[in-house]
Amino acid sequence: MAKLIRHRRLTSDSWQPLDHDVERWLTPGEDGFVPAFPADADLIVPLRLWRLRREDLLERPGRSGVRLAVDDDPGELAADLERLALVAVEFPKFSDGRGFSTGRLLRERYGFRGELRATGDVLRDQLLFLERCGFDAFALRDDQDVGAALAAFDDFTDAYQASVDRPVPLFRRRLAAGAIA
Amino acid sequence: MYLYDAIDQRLVDERVAQFRDQTRRFLAGQLADEEFKHLRLRNGLYLQRHAPMLRIAIPYGLLSTPQLRKLAHLARTYDRGYGHFTTRQNLQLNWPRLEDVPEMLAELATVQMHAIQTSGNCVRNITTDHFAGVAADEIVDSFVWCEIVRQWSTFNPEFSYLPRKFKIAINGAAADRAATWVHDIGLHALRDADGEIGFRVIVGGGLGRTPMIGHAIREFLPWRHLLTYLDAILRVYNRYGRRDNIHKARIKILLKERGPDAFRREVEEEWAHLADGPSTLLYEEIERVAARFTRPAYAALANEAPAFNAALAADRSFAAWAKRNVHSHKVPGYAAVTLSLKKTGVPPGDVTADQMDAIADLADRYSFGELRVSHEQNLVFADVAKRDLHALWRELRALGLATPNIGFLTNIVACPGGDFCSLANARSIPVAESIQRRFDDLDYVFDVGELDLNISGCMNACGHHHVGHIGILGVDKNGAEFYQVEIGGNQGETRPGAKAALGRVLGPSFSAEEVPDAIERLVRCYLGLREAEEERFIDVVHRVGVEPFKAHLYGKTHQASAVDERQLAAA
Repeated sequence: MAKLIRHRRLTSDSWQPLDHDVERWLTPGEDGFVPAFPADADLIVPLRLWRLRREDLLERPGRSGVRLAVDDDPGELAADLERLALVAVEFPKFSDGRGFSTGRLLRERYGFRGELRATGDVLRDQLLFLERCGFDAFALRDDQDVGAALAAFDDFTDAYQASVDRPVPLFRRRLAAGAIA
Repeated sequence: MYLYDAIDQRLVDERVAQFRDQTRRFLAGQLADEEFKHLRLRNGLYLQRHAPMLRIAIPYGLLSTPQLRKLAHLARTYDRGYGHFTTRQNLQLNWPRLEDVPEMLAELATVQMHAIQTSGNCVRNITTDHFAGVAADEIVDSFVWCEIVRQWSTFNPEFSYLPRKFKIAINGAAADRAATWVHDIGLHALRDADGEIGFRVIVGGGLGRTPMIGHAIREFLPWRHLLTYLDAILRVYNRYGRRDNIHKARIKILLKERGPDAFRREVEEEWAHLADGPSTLLYEEIERVAARFTRPAYAALANEAPAFNAALAADRSFAAWAKRNVHSHKVPGYAAVTLSLKKTGVPPGDVTADQMDAIADLADRYSFGELRVSHEQNLVFADVAKRDLHALWRELRALGLATPNIGFLTNIVACPGGDFCSLANARSIPVAESIQRRFDDLDYVFDVGELDLNISGCMNACGHHHVGHIGILGVDKNGAEFYQVEIGGNQGETRPGAKAALGRVLGPSFSAEEVPDAIERLVRCYLGLREAEEERFIDVVHRVGVEPFKAHLYGKTHQASAVDERQLAAA
């Protein structure tokens, strides 16, 4: 079972990634049809597969999620977000910060309300910033101590900037508190 | 200084605890080198081959005396008894032990200091004019705006893993004393026709191995939009800045590859989504931040101080110092004073722990307990009563901090160079010293007038050699140290005249022994070409071009072409 943190708790993961061998799902078999997706499974597919087999995925009883690379434009999913239960952003390296912008755009510009999951090179010391950018689920890299990583969410109790988790920046909250006091 | 409230303090304390735990995990083998590297760098800690280094943030260069005493204490306790002030207005300590760093940060936190984001691919310390708040040509007090941007940048979750480091400078006066055209973002405060405050937004300047002058992508951004506009620029950079090549990862390369107009459109499109959002600044916040800055309780003084005037007339050495190191002040009867950290024989920017303590005592007695670090690696007492200048000068002289060379070629800006830095191709400090020794005749240096001389030990350009009127770059030639000489660089319009410009290399490089001669030849060439005493070296270079200097430097008799150049320039 993959190690997953969701809403700051360790949890099991029902989602099944279809990352490997994308071509298999795009290549017609002997019957001339591309293979059918597992009907009931909750599937995470890369953007390319989503583009090409969107309707097939959506008509299943199972839920659908899309995995974005950090250089994919999240705007491409804008019209689909209502029907997606999950968007995953794949971090190729923990130090590649593009995915932080992807998260904020999905939440703040495109209004995505489903699960936003960080996958790939996801490490303890980036969790809090990821959460502030709108991620609520984290598939940590295999070698991470997931239990210990939960402590990272408590590293800081406040922040200056507006962010997804605190849309009002500190300066406005300070002024509001000052006005009350 | 800006006084922390409980939240500011808690964030810094929490950072100390976080780094303590990260260090513990690293030492316990739970954190890989590469992963810890990213974490320690954003706490200013380098673990270099022969000299580890801790870079301590001095936000926008402003320090209180308890803070300076704490720095002295750290230098004495954890280091070898001195520190190095940098061109980003920070302080570097060499040779700290990794095991000690969490404790050092904890000590810093007790005086509202830290090492947050002094390195790493994030927004670095915001730099500004070292005469902020006291300059006669002030438009806004840039410290207030620096603090607002500091808070926006500190632990900014979206912009913490940028393609590369990111440097912002804010200038609040008519003259540009913050080198705003050679930063990733330069902000230049302005007033529009209605008297409203805003900023010219300059993007994509920078030094390093691909030096560039920035582009103004907004001539006037109303102040309330400052943070949302920064969000837009940083988001475009974070998403599209190159990450495949560390040498092409700065925003200047993105701007160049996109083209300034396309880049501007992209930023404006992004900003259209962010403008008027919750990060739009409020006047009350500007007031709140301004009110948290300590302010000197100035005495009501006449602008003319008879004791000062008498001392000027009586004491030639004092007068020389006052001419170079004392600067006008917006409050009558006060002046700003530069403490030169460029005494011959002392590495530029270096201060001993004992000097720091002594400077703190002087700042308490003469300048309301505060001081500034300038990006030219000197210290500034911003609020000295003119009547006290003579007494202060005597005390500074006793400490070796009264060299009257501010603005002169012996006020050399230099990186630590090959003596300390593993990146350097060549040493900087001995070259600086040999130039200072060559120009030890003060009368001659006075006659030469204003001349910025900058030295970098490698093309990373920490000594800002591209914007020195004379710039010197250490290069490696088959394992030997050589020095390239360029002229014509300018950090910005520090006075009306020459604008920000990058220097041009004159020709083949010199050995360390040849450098002082080369500089002297350039200076002699300038003296021969200048048309008035007020015409600075840089003004002459901009008027006649580099060719006459080149000819003079390399001993060629290109008189004819030099004359052509002059005629061309005059035409």
